[in-house]
Amino acid sequence: MKVAYWPGCVSRGFTPELHGAMEAVAPLLDLELIGIDRASCCGAGVIAEHNQELADTLNARTFALAAETPGELMMNICSTCQGAQSECQERLDASAEYRAEINTTLEAEGLAYEKGLVTNKNFLWLLVEEIGLENLKKKVKRPLTGLKVGPFYGCYIVRPTDRLGIDDENPRDQYMQMVIEALGGEVIDYAGIYKCCGFPIITMNKKASLQMAGTHLADATDADADCLVVPCPLCHLNLDLQQPMAAAEIGRDLSMPVLHLPQLVGLALGLDNKALGLSRHVIKPTSVIDWSTAVIGSTGEAGW
Amino acid sequence: MPEYTLRLRRYNPESGEAPHYEDFKVELEGHRSVLEAILQVRGEQDGSIGVRCSCRAAICGSCGVRTNGKPGLACHTHLDAAAKNSKHGENVIVVEPMGNMPVIKDLIVDMEEVHWKKIRRVTPWLVAKEPVPEREYIVPHEAMVDVTQTMACIQCGACVSDCLTMEMDPLFVGPAALAKAYRFVGDPRDAEQGQRLKDLAEDPHGIYDCTHCFQCIEACPKGVAPMSQIMRLRRRAGSDFHVDDRNNGHRHEMAFVKNIRKNGLLHEADLLPDSYGGKFHPRAVPELLSSLPVVLRALKTGKVTVKKALLHEHKASPEIERIFDTVENREVRLEYNLYISGNEDDLADDPADAVAPAATATLAPPVVEEQAVEAPPEPPVAEAPAAEAAPAETPAAPAPDAEEAPAADPAAEIEVEAPAEGEPTEGDTQ
Ligand code: SF4
Ligand code: SF4
Ligand code: SF4
Ligand code: SF4
Ligand code: FES
Repeated sequence: MKVAYWPGCVSRGFTPELHGAMEAVAPLLDLELIGIDRASCCGAGVIAEHNQELADTLNARTFALAAETPGELMMNICSTCQGAQSECQERLDASAEYRAEINTTLEAEGLAYEKGLVTNKNFLWLLVEEIGLENLKKKVKRPLTGLKVGPFYGCYIVRPTDRLGIDDENPRDQYMQMVIEALGGEVIDYAGIYKCCGFPIITMNKKASLQMAGTHLADATDADADCLVVPCPLCHLNLDLQQPMAAAEIGRDLSMPVLHLPQLVGLALGLDNKALGLSRHVIKPTSVIDWSTAVIGSTGEAGW
Repeated sequence: MPEYTLRLRRYNPESGEAPHYEDFKVELEGHRSVLEAILQVRGEQDGSIGVRCSCRAAICGSCGVRTNGKPGLACHTHLDAAAKNSKHGENVIVVEPMGNMPVIKDLIVDMEEVHWKKIRRVTPWLVAKEPVPEREYIVPHEAMVDVTQTMACIQCGACVSDCLTMEMDPLFVGPAALAKAYRFVGDPRDAEQGQRLKDLAEDPHGIYDCTHCFQCIEACPKGVAPMSQIMRLRRRAGSDFHVDDRNNGHRHEMAFVKNIRKNGLLHEADLLPDSYGGKFHPRAVPELLSSLPVVLRALKTGKVTVKKALLHEHKASPEIERIFDTVENREVRLEYNLYISGNEDDLADDPADAVAPAATATLAPPVVEEQAVEAPPEPPVAEAPAAEAAPAETPAAPAPDAEEAPAADPAAEIEVEAPAEGEPTEGDTQ
């Protein structure tokens, strides 16, 4: 399947391991990633906060560029991109008059956005809805047997439910649990699954921000998770990169590995931890690597 | 008739007993409300159950509770809908008091500290603009449409219950009170818009303390979308009233915008110092030092290279810059508010909806004769009187009286944009 691929900014900046892991996993899932080269940042909600029309125009442009690729749909790997782009798309799709206004700006570049021009799905949604869990299961080489994984969604991909198309038919707020199980892992239920990592207020109210990250990490620790998995690199920044500061803020030792979703999928599909960039995390995913070494030992595969 | 198990969280601080859950069986049609079930149980099985309610019709806002984990009005939640997302077994409905507020008894919470005090804190009344007209104020229709969304609030506290910033920072002014603040900031008759915004931007627990988690949007039974109102407050404070708050809120926003304009993609290494006012701003130094470990950590793990941290790999295409120029130089910001204008598909189904077409119509003339809301204050002074508001405003006049120093610029602008020009205040197209 060909997809117009929008990696976002952070996956190419502070969390390069995410982009790398996605590129490594894609061929195993028969995904062909076609980059949307000239596209710009989705604005992560901040541009919309500054000027709604600006965010809508930039994302309309991204959608138009995605539509020019041979991709069947557009795929992102960031909850925040998903949420910010869905919000813009909801407005763009709502009114022909508004679209016309936006298109006047895009015209000069020969681009235009039409209602429903592209379907934009996070890798998580694509895994479940396009690739399918049964299909995914068949591709698992090294089931995550015994690995206790706590899902952490990130706000932008679960709220508001109507905008994000979460309903009985598409229980997108259960997909992480479903994917972890399909990969053979054990889902850990803990208080923070749908909460906020605190990233947006890290420069404004550092204390509250770190308290949020720290509390969820501590809750997951208490629930006996081996690691967390996130579909959002911004969450990863607060949960992994800032983890030492979050630990200091809540006054407790923390050492909770946080994996990007493509890394977790890659592990189960048999990729080695180097290809997945696991060593690039601040909190070394020792428990995860121990687990995968043990699995390799037991199946007698060549080491990596 | 279906049978439901109502699992109520019981707690009476005076009893000395710990909180516990108690099951009650009720037989009621699925379309009946959770409140009706609770009242039936109270009437027939246990008269000591504490619950607050009055209108039973989603108007008074007294019956806020959490039903199977979701905050909302008990009188506005159907039993079948509530049972559907039960994690506790078939037809089990767990009803708990709202969060973030202390429990008085059973399902009744004390809203005073976390809710009502915050509401009073935002001066929830109109501060009349002088001179008070002899008869009524004449206000453009669009300007009032602009605040209808916030007027829909019934003070139920569902948003406060699940606000994730409040969970960590109980001093946060919070979604309901900030939505209420926009009710007056957006009202052209209010004389204190600049002061209100400055106050809420400077407060460390004010508009920049919201973590953008969408919980309040999801929780609100009335479609108020408090988070969206907070973002509008930020736009008004930063872009229209040039409030440079000490919380780095506006700086962060501007740093981000500048960053994307320059690079097309976000360049994090630049964002941090810029959020604190640029590398050489005095405010940046302590923050940069304290975030040094983070950057070092990133360097150490090979997340970023020194080159990446210092140099700009990406460069925005001229197209991006052109879009920024076009949109940011508009005389008024264009906003499409779905609450007011709706989705044209839905409207096609329901031609009776009168509000929408009227509001959408304001979309057409985004460029208006009124003075630029966002223009820098200095140059336009000479042109300002060109607007019909001229008599009220020799630029010098408004400054000395009402507005304090920091709001001096906005003072000039308030005058320009406010009077009945037949245009929305903000120029937002709803
Ligand atoms: S959890 Fe944090 S980074 Fe992730 S989407 Fe929410 S606010 Fe953004
Ligand atoms: S605020 Fe106005 S509409 Fe509401 S009850 Fe009072 S008088 Fe009536
Ligand atoms: S979006 Fe802001 S105000 Fe709303 S619940 Fe989240 S933190 Fe609170
Ligand atoms: S904003 Fe909505 S949820 Fe919050 S108090 Fe008002 S009506 Fe209730
Ligand atoms: S009883 Fe009045 S809102 Fe529910």
